[in-house]
Amino acid sequence: MNPVLKVVDLEVSYYTDAGRAKALDQVNLELNAGEKIGLVGESGSGKSTMALAMMRMIKPPGRIENGQVIVDGTNLTSLSEDEMLRARLSKIAYIPQGAMNSLNPVTRIGAQMIDAIKAHEPTMSKADMKARSIKSLESVELKPEVFKMYAHELSGGMKQRVCIAIGILLEPKVIIADEPTSALDVVTQRQVMETINKVQAEMGAAVILIGHDMGLMAQSMDKVAVMYAGRLVEVSTVKEMFTEPKHPYSQALIRSLPKLDVRGVFQGIPGLAPSLLRLPTGCAFHPRCQEIMDKCKTVRPENQMLASGSRVTCHLYGEGA
Amino acid sequence: MATLLEFKNVSKIYKRGKTETTALDNLSLTLKDDESTILTVAGESGSGKTTLAMLLLGFIEPTIGQIYYKGKDISLLSGSERMTFRKEVQAVFQDPFAVFNPFYTVEHLLEVPIKRFKLAKSRTEIRDRMAEALTAVGLQPDEIFGRFPHQLSGGQRQRINIARALVLRPKVLVADEPVSMVDASLRANILETLRTLQRNYGVSIVYITHDLTTAFHIANSIMVLYRGSVMEAGGVEQVIKYPQHPYTQLLVDSIPWPDLSRRWGQTDLEPSEDTVIGKGCKFYSRCPKAMEVCKTKPPLYQLEPYQTASCFLFKEKPQLEAESLSKALPV
Repeated sequence: MNPVLKVVDLEVSYYTDAGRAKALDQVNLELNAGEKIGLVGESGSGKSTMALAMMRMIKPPGRIENGQVIVDGTNLTSLSEDEMLRARLSKIAYIPQGAMNSLNPVTRIGAQMIDAIKAHEPTMSKADMKARSIKSLESVELKPEVFKMYAHELSGGMKQRVCIAIGILLEPKVIIADEPTSALDVVTQRQVMETINKVQAEMGAAVILIGHDMGLMAQSMDKVAVMYAGRLVEVSTVKEMFTEPKHPYSQALIRSLPKLDVRGVFQGIPGLAPSLLRLPTGCAFHPRCQEIMDKCKTVRPENQMLASGSRVTCHLYGEGA
Repeated sequence: MATLLEFKNVSKIYKRGKTETTALDNLSLTLKDDESTILTVAGESGSGKTTLAMLLLGFIEPTIGQIYYKGKDISLLSGSERMTFRKEVQAVFQDPFAVFNPFYTVEHLLEVPIKRFKLAKSRTEIRDRMAEALTAVGLQPDEIFGRFPHQLSGGQRQRINIARALVLRPKVLVADEPVSMVDASLRANILETLRTLQRNYGVSIVYITHDLTTAFHIANSIMVLYRGSVMEAGGVEQVIKYPQHPYTQLLVDSIPWPDLSRRWGQTDLEPSEDTVIGKGCKFYSRCPKAMEVCKTKPPLYQLEPYQTASCFLFKEKPQLEAESLSKALPV
């Protein structure tokens, strides 16, 4: 099966007064149609940069230095600005963090949906546009009346679902959602996640869910990608990740999770995330790693595929381990 | 047993024109002076959690009822009593990025409360007190002094927030969603810090959250609010492991446990669009087990020594007076 999304050696840097910060470093990722992957990592690890880079929305002083983003056979990095404009939403859609607060308070939801369609299909009739918007609202389990409503008339969960409805208007192949539920309570969170799962299954789109709630990943994703200091340190299936995490950072992450059987045991990850301006040499995680070896301090580990199908960036695995 | 803080039949009603919103409905609660505890106040947005915090801190006054601190009504405190109240009841808020003045160093930020309340006589004493507070929250004083907030991570800032409260040696700490904006890997550290405070310094903590996972691990007791009313309360282990009220069941069933063997429940999610609240149970419009009797207001029923629920499903059980809610909360 041909992957619907292929990210090859993607690199992004931010040029600041203090020097160059490598926010994404040789990131490789493949995703099949219908696959759901969760992207986790500490703040500043490059999760949102990765989403923006895939959308080609990195703004100066940031720059995509290298790499390709191939969606459904089209290399987005080689498109012109105009072509990219059309690819957004129709091939790859992005639901940004706090999207529910991005709705325009003074125009009706319907007008905002029609705006999005008009930008891509200017020749479509108004009635068709409305029909499509309502269909999209219905697929996120909102009533057609929402089309005529204003943002303030909706609850947080409903606003978030409107944003998903806008995201799927043009049936994109890849949907990126950046912390879509972080401001919502558990019940609404579950409703929103079930909505995402439902539309994803109907459309067969690939989903990238950015967040740091491992519980959410366990409940609704197929795979988990762990990011550390701009690199993907591990990509595994949810089952692998929760039963046998490979990278020492993933292991620490899993250990730090609260469990239901033992109350009151906390295990944080000691140390702090490194500054991207002054990354440690070798493996960026080595100062915090519990299984540090001599070569971790000097040799940069390469990303490799393990027999189990996981991809991991660590000297503990593969040749010479 | 001395009472430190007491809510007596407190209601807070916000009026806008002719519409009245009951943000908190007839809540009675006590915290004891000699037994520190961690009490979780849980609920979704609009449940009255933050109203409760604001009342407790004395920022707003109750519409009905009184709040007593060491036996005195906090709205009637004299000047010096008010200073003591302000010193001993401290808060940690949700957003560690927004609460610091970016122009001041951490040293200055911690010094202000010490000077304001005249807690130290000399410069060395001020410094010792700051160092002690920083050490207590797991930070290295040498690394932190002289730094500006922007040079610190979110987790460090939140711990400085706690340290700022701690230099005052408070009796009560109100923590309003203290970890919701902090990375998962740092959450554990902050929660551990809060618990150390309670155990080693005898600070009672009112932990306000919508995250039942962290509540389960840190708290002794829990109170579940829905639209201003207590739905269920009791020992945290009892309530989260064996929830009885339909609303608590829905909440617990929706926790995304990071555990593959414990999937999201199959409880059907009732639509929550209905905002009409009658005189009866506030959960009526969403409740899968709603009955005719639920159109009247359910009292609290005692289910276990440390578990009470406000639901007619348990009408066979003995009633618990609203004023005696704290009896169902273990310390």
